[in-house]
Amino acid sequence: MSALDHLPILVVLIPLLTAVICPLFQNGRTAWKLALGAAWSSFAIACMLLHQVLNSGTVRYQLGGWEPPWGIEYRIDVLGGFVLLIVTSIAALVLSYARRSVEDEIRPGRISFFYAAFLLAFSGLAGITVTGDAFNLFVFLEISSLSSYALISAGRDRRSLNAAFQYLIMGSIGATFILIGIGFLYMMTGTLNMDDLAVRLPEVADTRTVRAGFAFLTVGFGLKLALFPLHLWLPNAYAYAPSVVTAFLAATATKVAVYALLRFLLGIFGVGFSLMSMPFDMILIGLGLAGILSASLVAVFQQNVKRMLAYSSVAQIGYIALGIGLASHTGISAAVMHLFNHALMKGALFMSLGAVAYRVGAMHISDFAGLGRRMPFTMAAIAIAGLSLIGIPGTAGFISKWFLVLGTLEQGWWPLAVLILLGSFLALIYVGRILEAAYFGTPKENSAVREAPLSMLIPIWILVIANVYFGLNTELTVGLATQATTDLFEALP
Amino acid sequence: MMAFLVITAIAAIRRTDLFAVTMLFGIYSFLTAVLFMDLDAVDVAFTEAAVGAGISTVLMLSTLRLTGRFESSRRRNPLLPLLVVTVTGSALVYGMLDAPPFGDPQAPVHQHVAPRYITESPDEIGVPNMVTSVLASYRGFDTLGETIVIFTAGLAVLLLLGMREGQNLRPSRLAIGDFLVLRVVVKVLVAFILLYALYVLLHGDYGAGGGFQSGVIFATGFVIYDLVFGEADVRRVLPPRWLARLAVAGILLYAGVGIFSMLAGRPFLDYSVLAHDPVHGQHIGILLIEIGVGVTVFAVILAIFYAFSGLRRPSQVA
Repeated sequence: MSALDHLPILVVLIPLLTAVICPLFQNGRTAWKLALGAAWSSFAIACMLLHQVLNSGTVRYQLGGWEPPWGIEYRIDVLGGFVLLIVTSIAALVLSYARRSVEDEIRPGRISFFYAAFLLAFSGLAGITVTGDAFNLFVFLEISSLSSYALISAGRDRRSLNAAFQYLIMGSIGATFILIGIGFLYMMTGTLNMDDLAVRLPEVADTRTVRAGFAFLTVGFGLKLALFPLHLWLPNAYAYAPSVVTAFLAATATKVAVYALLRFLLGIFGVGFSLMSMPFDMILIGLGLAGILSASLVAVFQQNVKRMLAYSSVAQIGYIALGIGLASHTGISAAVMHLFNHALMKGALFMSLGAVAYRVGAMHISDFAGLGRRMPFTMAAIAIAGLSLIGIPGTAGFISKWFLVLGTLEQGWWPLAVLILLGSFLALIYVGRILEAAYFGTPKENSAVREAPLSMLIPIWILVIANVYFGLNTELTVGLATQATTDLFEALP
Repeated sequence: MMAFLVITAIAAIRRTDLFAVTMLFGIYSFLTAVLFMDLDAVDVAFTEAAVGAGISTVLMLSTLRLTGRFESSRRRNPLLPLLVVTVTGSALVYGMLDAPPFGDPQAPVHQHVAPRYITESPDEIGVPNMVTSVLASYRGFDTLGETIVIFTAGLAVLLLLGMREGQNLRPSRLAIGDFLVLRVVVKVLVAFILLYALYVLLHGDYGAGGGFQSGVIFATGFVIYDLVFGEADVRRVLPPRWLARLAVAGILLYAGVGIFSMLAGRPFLDYSVLAHDPVHGQHIGILLIEIGVGVTVFAVILAIFYAFSGLRRPSQVA
């Protein structure tokens, strides 16, 4: 085997082993450099993998040299490669940005532990996207969740402990449900390999055990991806976690949970079972809508900006759920597109908030007064990413919403389209509140707030420019998302 | 057995004395372990006994020393959790209705993947304990993942509590250290516990056991000594910094085996390249990775224990 054949395992193994080595270094700066190197090499590998997948189809790798279903198989298709690209690129950018923010927010003696946990969370998420084995997915889910709990609790604010504990309880229930679901499927099919499951499930699909397994899996992943009304852990966790952690998790963790749900719903159970014979499509549409409207409404009234954007994340997940619930090619493509676009905008927004936290130290909306003049570049970034969040034409956010509206109109459900636009309108209000404070509020006197350092601004602006670029040039995102969806539909009738 | 389990669980919910609750949890785990035995899952039972009834009880007790013995408030509305539990329980029962009966040889579990594990593994891997073959070789990557989960748990505790270097302490006289009988018994017992742990590690190929259980038992030996004789001695033998290195070394040993197979031109964790004869290579690979797992599990558990017992000191000095 040549080095190229090992890429699927290397993309996970490099950050994983770097994470293990990190705690050995007392010096936080060294740990940061290691983490940075690992994340960028993973990103490079992810690009190569996606290239391989697009050129020569699904990439497979047999761990331990045992062929599936006896051994564990890594399997990357277009969807997996696409999500892997999201995770690795955000990790690389967030880590490039992280140094100063982490030195500011984490206790000095624990910085190398922090980076180790960060890399573990990252490799856990990457592992979920590349694996082709249901139980292996659970193992990596555990790695990523455990380290996320630790990362959130590392926040400066004491309330972060409570938030992490809440997340830990909800997350563990979710993980247990997923495990039970996988157990039920194994009981009925005798296999854990995803492709093999997909082949063997239809035979036994009409049993109570499989239906119960389906229910456990969807509720479990629903908890993990913060689907309304299972989102209660998310606002506090995002609001009180260290800035770097919020930026990374908001942009990746829920996306990977959505990916895993898609993998099970469409890749294993198949559209016919999940969305047609089970009434799950209607449930998803209903919950998605409820999530969009209620969370956006709550976001409008938030005083803490980080919390406001956390609620906005719940709303954005609503759009994704809605897209999946449409059960059509356009709808699911829109959901997949929104995974990428939402990662771009929320990454940029939460990183900008981190820059504000670094210079100002507080997150109340009144603290933003006058920042438009003090931190012009950071605020401009918030403005552009905010426009993308609303879905203004010319930004990435517009593209996914456009496809979502198309999807609803395709089915003739125009009231849904109206409600989606209402959600955008609510986003306009809450983003408007931040910008109003920043550009028209009177700054507090004698504050010596300066623009954020370049090491933070550059990664933020890369994401901001990506928001605009993918709003104008839709070839890559739309092309990948539609191909990924086509593959999902074609794999199974 | 199930009835006992239910009674214990209800008792654990009703009590406010956390010490009693901890003990009930221990009993609960032990009952579960017996149930697993009953289902012929010896390896699982062993793990449950060592982890659930053994070390987690000790860790909970050492937490209790920090927090106090009684629950502070119980003003919670139990309706929602009760509803969730009921729904979950009924979903589980509903799911079991169509499941193949226990022990049915025609069940899909026994028809698809398992036959190869049973018939081929002695020839392919050469290890009599099939559970070990599956865990360590066929699904060896999952086991590496699980070991990293343990590592993550240790890391999480360190990230929260920080790592305290051994401040050269004199042996402290803790409450339970004053009983002569206890001191003598523990002193004798510790040697046997450690020896047994090594046996479990090396015997995993043949009978129940393996790196996981062995690491837990090894750590238990240290914890018992620590509890009775104070931690200064234990810390002198194994300073926290070394524990961190051990935990890392365990995983690196495991992953190193995998990387070696990659360098030899085979997939990650393919042990057959470790010797000229593939079956012999499997044997060496399994032994090496079991040692890796054991070392990491041991170091992480002891590190967690140190982190908790290190917290206690400032308040006691004051």
